[in-house]
Amino acid sequence: MSLDWQVIERYFPFLLGGAWLTLRLTVITTALGTIIGLFAAIARLSRFRIFSWPAAAYVDFFRGTPLLAQIMLIHFGLPQLFGYKPNMVVDAIAALSINCGAYVTEIFRAGIQSIERGQTEAALSLGMTPVQAMRYVILPQAFRRVLPPLGNEFIAMLKDSSMVSIISMEELLFRGMISAGRSFRPFPIWIMVSLLYLAMTLPFTRLVSWMEMKLKREHRREGS
Amino acid sequence: MALVLAVGLLLGLAACAQKAEQPAAPPAAQQPAPPPEKPVLKVGTEAAYPPFEWVDEKTGELKGFDMDLIRAIAEEAGFKADIRNMAWDGLIPALLAKEIDIIVSGMTITEERAQAVTFSDPYFKSGQVIMSHKDAGIKGPDDLAGKDVSVQVNTTGQFAMEKLNDRLKTEGKKPVNIKKFKSTPDAINEVKIGGAVACVIDLPVALEHMKANPGDPFVIGEPINVEYLGMAMRKEDTELHAKINRALAALKASGKYDQIYAQYFGK
Repeated sequence: MSLDWQVIERYFPFLLGGAWLTLRLTVITTALGTIIGLFAAIARLSRFRIFSWPAAAYVDFFRGTPLLAQIMLIHFGLPQLFGYKPNMVVDAIAALSINCGAYVTEIFRAGIQSIERGQTEAALSLGMTPVQAMRYVILPQAFRRVLPPLGNEFIAMLKDSSMVSIISMEELLFRGMISAGRSFRPFPIWIMVSLLYLAMTLPFTRLVSWMEMKLKREHRREGS
Repeated sequence: MALVLAVGLLLGLAACAQKAEQPAAPPAAQQPAPPPEKPVLKVGTEAAYPPFEWVDEKTGELKGFDMDLIRAIAEEAGFKADIRNMAWDGLIPALLAKEIDIIVSGMTITEERAQAVTFSDPYFKSGQVIMSHKDAGIKGPDDLAGKDVSVQVNTTGQFAMEKLNDRLKTEGKKPVNIKKFKSTPDAINEVKIGGAVACVIDLPVALEHMKANPGDPFVIGEPINVEYLGMAMRKEDTELHAKINRALAALKASGKYDQIYAQYFGK
């Protein structure tokens, strides 16, 4: 009735393999999503509608529709429309990164906008171009502010990555379902799955706290 | 807000009062006794598997061979069938957790499954087939070595491919890349869009798919095994098990089973 050590021994390596895939997927897609989000946020804040409008549409669409639907659209829908052979890994990374990027866009936008106008004005009055002001004054300060929500987004992506099981990628959660379905022992299987997720999220939250602390100390030293 | 809550509570109390009154009503001198409520048989199925079970897109009803059969069995055994559509992988957990009492979902009788549940007498003879893309040139299981093949997760199609991989390994050939999907339509779709060269599914399901989608570029191979479908129940429900088997036998004897069969599998 309780933890069945045989089951644990038999399925742990299988689940560990799934966790490794989940971790790799999350790291790659969060990295790509952060890059996409940074550029989209700057575009969103641009005076020129040719930049701000597509950026806003992008955010609205990918935040406003379920990730599952996006994955299905990219993997099953696009090949049907354009007639090309799909690649499961490319589709999964694309869907997750684009989705992540939409949320990161709003995180960066809020972060950038939270920096007082005075900073930009001071930078410009020192003779910097708007691009230099953004690059050397605004973004570094904004980055400190967006670190907690970005960390949150990483953890959210770690769990959302389970959605790619719908296109047959064997990440951790799907491997849990396969194992529970083969062994008929849901309790030990799902405990292992949960612990593996925790093993990935906990160190990351510690890392983010450490980074926040480090940046705060540097900020204080610069005599704010 | 408080007023709404107060009204709600009052209505609730009134309803309870109504129910409480009935036992106190005068004994059945004037009123005819209402027919005894039939016990409910909670049936679990994954309705994405024509011709066995599917959801009629116009009416939302659950249709299919399995559905008609269990409704007939329920009537024969004196139950009222309450059929619930669920995810395939959740069926056995739901049965073991007593959310449902019986699984009727094109489920093959396997030794592994029989360790956790008990099956009714077999009610259908089936087999797995390889439905491949016609341009892929797949003639038999051995042609699948090293290729992408889609299956539904935790089905006998998946198990058949896993057995094949064991054999291919001993022969030194490349294993099949088994892509597991949550539902059979997704597995079939994967072949259609070119993500897999073939899928391994039940023969009747493959035939039904070709009937409904004659334009699809598929080729159905010969069955690679023989399987029997059964209705899964909890091991401790021995009474239910006996009732279901009796009802099934009665339907076969009376010809009703053949009638339902002909509807879906008759020429």
